[in-house]
Amino acid sequence: MASEAVTNHDDHAHPEAHDHHDTSSIKVFGFWVYLMSDLVIFGILFATFAVLLRGTAGGPDGSEIFDLPLILAGTFALLISSFTYGMAVLAMTAEKVDKVKKWLWITFVLGAGFIAMEIYEFQHLIHLGYGPDRSGFLSAFFTLVGTHGLHVTFGLVWILVVLYQLRTKGLNDMTRPRILCLSLFWHFLDIVWICVFSFVYLMGAL
Amino acid sequence: MKDSPTAHGSVKSYVTGLVLSIVLTIIPFAAVMSGALSMNATVWTIVITAVAQILVQLVMFMHMDTKQEEGWNFMSFVFTLVILGLVVGGSLWIMQHLHLNLQMG
Repeated sequence: MASEAVTNHDDHAHPEAHDHHDTSSIKVFGFWVYLMSDLVIFGILFATFAVLLRGTAGGPDGSEIFDLPLILAGTFALLISSFTYGMAVLAMTAEKVDKVKKWLWITFVLGAGFIAMEIYEFQHLIHLGYGPDRSGFLSAFFTLVGTHGLHVTFGLVWILVVLYQLRTKGLNDMTRPRILCLSLFWHFLDIVWICVFSFVYLMGAL
Repeated sequence: MKDSPTAHGSVKSYVTGLVLSIVLTIIPFAAVMSGALSMNATVWTIVITAVAQILVQLVMFMHMDTKQEEGWNFMSFVFTLVILGLVVGGSLWIMQHLHLNLQMG
């Protein structure tokens, strides 16, 4: 019975469907599904933020604490890093491992610049006494923006891991899908940031 | 990977995506920081440029289309949008009513 099932299966299987590209695209699709679940997490944090927006408990509201030129600078760093990661993927398809490394380093530096901006903003707010314990609004703000920042930080660590693996293993069937998954992760964080700067900072500053 | 350079875009699509994104970022920031538009117009500017920029990045950077993985990428995305609509819209709706009812009471 079992062997019959196996034979049947083999009859219908297409050998070319089992090449490396196929497993790679399954991995990337699986990662996409993870990103969708991550999107739900961010959606919930946005909903929480919207509900707590007026809960300032006598503390400051968005228009008093948001430093838009700083946010704009961070936005450009993240936006351009998304582009430079795209260049790394193109270099990967062109089999140019040195170029992949170069673009990944540029992406890393821009991402680190974004995180530096965010750390500065957070410590500045906490220094003024507007930490997450000040009001419901600030709790929701720090949770939402902090969760995004944490994701970017993990993305930076992941870039370093990929750079290390490129040095030790080069471009192969193991490192390629990882670079593609990380590209989805990085672009995804850029899209979440569009929502953050639009609906948290710009709307809040009105 | 040999058959999929188009699936990873081209220099042209990334440059187009970057330029559009920069423009769609500058417009809402300029609208808010200059205060040139009315409150209503500013809010709509922010919403429309945000949605436009998300679409630009989904298509130009993430290469989302309805054909990859026989449409499962796109279907899972649409499903997630439905969940998000329920969670975000539902939360705001309920809390708004709760807020109004508490004020009345």
